[in-house]
Amino acid sequence: MEILVNNINKHFGAFSALKNVDLTIRSGELIALLGPSGSGKTTLLRIIAGLDYADTGTVSFGGVDMAGTPLRERQIGFVFQHYALFKHMTVRENVSFGLSVLPRGKRPQKWLIADRADELLELVQLADLGDRYPHQLSGGQRQRVALARALAIEPKVLLLDEPFGALDAKVRKELRQWLRELHLQTGVTTIFVTHDQEEALELADRVVIMEKGTIAQVDTVDRVYEHPASPFVFDFMGSTNIIPASLHGRELYLDGKLVATLSGSILPGGAVDIYVRPGDLRATGEHSEGVEVMVKSVQRTGPLVRASVTLASNDQPLIVELPHLHHDVPRFREGSRLYLRLMQYSVFPSADRLASRDSVEKPTLIGRERVREALP
Amino acid sequence: MLVFAEALRNGLGTYVKAITDPDALSAIKLTLIAAGIAVPANLVFGVAAAWAIAKFEFRGKTFLTTLIDLPFSVSPVVAGLIYVLMFGASGWARPLLDTADIQIIFAVPGIVLATIFVTFPFIARELIPLMQQQGTDDEQAALSLGANGWQTFWYVTLPNVKWALLYGVLLCNARAMGEFGAVSVVSGHIRGQTNTMPLHVEILYNEYNFAASFAVASLLAGLALLTLALKSFLEARHGSELARSQKH
Amino acid sequence: MTSMPHSTLARTRGTAFAAARLRSRSALPCSGLGLIVLIPLAGVFFKAATLGPAEIWNIVSSERVLAALKLSFGTALLAALLNAVFGLLVAWVFVRYEFPGKRLFDAAIDLPFALPTAVAGIALTALYAGNGWIGSLLEPLGLKVAYTPLGIVVALTFIGLPFVVRTVEPVLRDAEKEFEEAAASLGARRWQTIWRVILPSILPSLLTGFALAFARGVGEYGSVIFIAGNIPFVSEIAPLLIVIRLEEFNYAAATTVAATMLVVSFAMLLVINVLQAWSNRHSIRHAPTAIKEK
Repeated sequence: MEILVNNINKHFGAFSALKNVDLTIRSGELIALLGPSGSGKTTLLRIIAGLDYADTGTVSFGGVDMAGTPLRERQIGFVFQHYALFKHMTVRENVSFGLSVLPRGKRPQKWLIADRADELLELVQLADLGDRYPHQLSGGQRQRVALARALAIEPKVLLLDEPFGALDAKVRKELRQWLRELHLQTGVTTIFVTHDQEEALELADRVVIMEKGTIAQVDTVDRVYEHPASPFVFDFMGSTNIIPASLHGRELYLDGKLVATLSGSILPGGAVDIYVRPGDLRATGEHSEGVEVMVKSVQRTGPLVRASVTLASNDQPLIVELPHLHHDVPRFREGSRLYLRLMQYSVFPSADRLASRDSVEKPTLIGRERVREALP
Repeated sequence: MLVFAEALRNGLGTYVKAITDPDALSAIKLTLIAAGIAVPANLVFGVAAAWAIAKFEFRGKTFLTTLIDLPFSVSPVVAGLIYVLMFGASGWARPLLDTADIQIIFAVPGIVLATIFVTFPFIARELIPLMQQQGTDDEQAALSLGANGWQTFWYVTLPNVKWALLYGVLLCNARAMGEFGAVSVVSGHIRGQTNTMPLHVEILYNEYNFAASFAVASLLAGLALLTLALKSFLEARHGSELARSQKH
Repeated sequence: MTSMPHSTLARTRGTAFAAARLRSRSALPCSGLGLIVLIPLAGVFFKAATLGPAEIWNIVSSERVLAALKLSFGTALLAALLNAVFGLLVAWVFVRYEFPGKRLFDAAIDLPFALPTAVAGIALTALYAGNGWIGSLLEPLGLKVAYTPLGIVVALTFIGLPFVVRTVEPVLRDAEKEFEEAAASLGARRWQTIWRVILPSILPSLLTGFALAFARGVGEYGSVIFIAGNIPFVSEIAPLLIVIRLEEFNYAAATTVAATMLVVSFAMLLVINVLQAWSNRHSIRHAPTAIKEK
């Protein structure tokens, strides 16, 4: 079922929760609405479901405008953040609920409903727990019951609001994988809300990144990571080093030294910020290839070695991350001086420049460079 | 309000006269005394009981909880009766009291005891749900920082529940001043001596002195309205804290 | 579960302290309670027991006592039923709707709690008497309220309403909108949601409120005696009969009636506690427990 969201606006009092949101979701897709709290992602999900109404704009399923269709007729499987399992019903009764409230004409016979419920419990691997009450289950089990209950009505669209938010890390990981497999089996168009970028990257075909009620970027998982459309997206997707630099034509100067010549179309020159991930910095012996830094401290965290360094020119702190077996690791010793090479980075107009100008201007990507690392 | 309308039916003069009548004044005084003793007594009992029930596990806890609720479901008349049985003319404690020359039934101590009994649950019931909800984390933090039990209670537990406590005291006080059934049984209805305000209302009413009866009643109704106003105010100001303790 | 060594230590230490103080502290409320509540109550039964079964039966089965008990329990039951229905409606309106004057109305619900029963009694009587504001409207319809059993029901309904409202209200508020939304998303119509999702989840609290109102109604004295008229066999309630017997210094009869009422009250209490335990079992908080569990 293809979902079309067209020019949605939503206000809560004076607060503008969604601003001119457009979104197309393809049939059978597993898509994540990702953003910090207050970015409007849950509001968007609830509007798609019909739990909330937009001030303006339309939502259509398979080309049919849903404006006149109430929630109970939309055939939506909605999984609530806290599951909202009916406490006075057993697991099986919860799962059968959707079928047992169908109008008499369409309602399957009792034994058919029971069979269907057992089938679904099998699917969510809870076949033996049908007679338990929700409070007798663990968080992960409740989550799966909620999912089975939503799937029972054979929804055209499955919507999940922070589905793993209330679970501990290990259970969350297991359930993610399981949900991914379930989606492959059922093929239902699925939208889920999360604030955890790792979860979005691991699960989703495409990611919708939201910022203050607008969509900052819609792209495949790889594209969002590799080509963040704005400093906000870059920053939200992982840890970030920001290095001030300047751009003259295509030439990128750092600390007065030419570090790269950007490719691409004509670029606005002036003050820029280089955004680079801690893992995309490498030590180099060559003075000409990198920026000079001082190593302040080195720390091992699990499989990674994390070094805190400062730029020699202006003492600005940076973080460098390396796999702990990397051949560069011995070069990072406290107090040592070395040169860092930027393997992969994005260049945006500098924050100061944006602040001084009309703040409406979007901080779009100026350029993106990737340096192939020579094998040792 | 009807009570006020009835009270003022015969004019302000009658109203003032009814209230400043010596018997009425002594009833007011006695009511204040009874509430003045019963409320602090229940404050101590209620806080201690709520603390024990909410913060600790021990055998007989369910039993204690049931006991606290007991006065809610025992008829006030029965509550009064048990004191008469105990301290009355043929009561078990009688010989003891006679030697000490203490009069309890048909006297002030009986009224106070009956009032304490009837108002016992109010404070504890107000505190228990809140204290249970707050759990023992704060207390354990205080203990781990070296506070002793009393300090923990005084600086951590009590401030956490102060508004609910005030709320409980309000309700307790309203009930203490308005209690009728239990007090009626133990008081003996001696005018000017063992008559509380609600009892005075009854006597005047039964004498068909309606205006005076409603005049005294209006004072009690005023107290009730004041209690409700304070309660609403507390709920508005400290709603989140009181929300959990809504059950009476 | 990630319990660090030091927090485990603090926990054990805390419990040890708690246990140590527990013994000394719990003695206080226990002894206070014992003195004021328990001993006298036991006394009622002792006193009643000294009478011997035949005499007890004589007193309880006397027509006047039976009539009084029947009246007390009958009117209390009727009033509690009325309260269950109206209390639920009022609680529903409070939780779900916003309207002007809501705060005032909310405070008014608690009026029977705060208003002394004697004051409530004379006020209700004045309202419902033949020449009262409401009574004068009902009289032409052939409906006499004051000085009849109907008056008792009116008084007990007034007294008991807040019990139901205040017991149901928090549970109803707790039954988050999410449950209704979940039901609707699964295709349930409005009445199906109410009948199958909301009502079952508040049933325990509704029963509790009903039991509380009933227990209060059975024992209520102050508000009833003014409006009832107190005619033996017709509108004389059991608590009043106790008072009458006491004033006749017939302690044996008073005690027996009281003991009979107490037995019923204890039974009610037991039911209330069982219901509350049941409703607690079914209202486990979702999120916090889910985090802790594996």
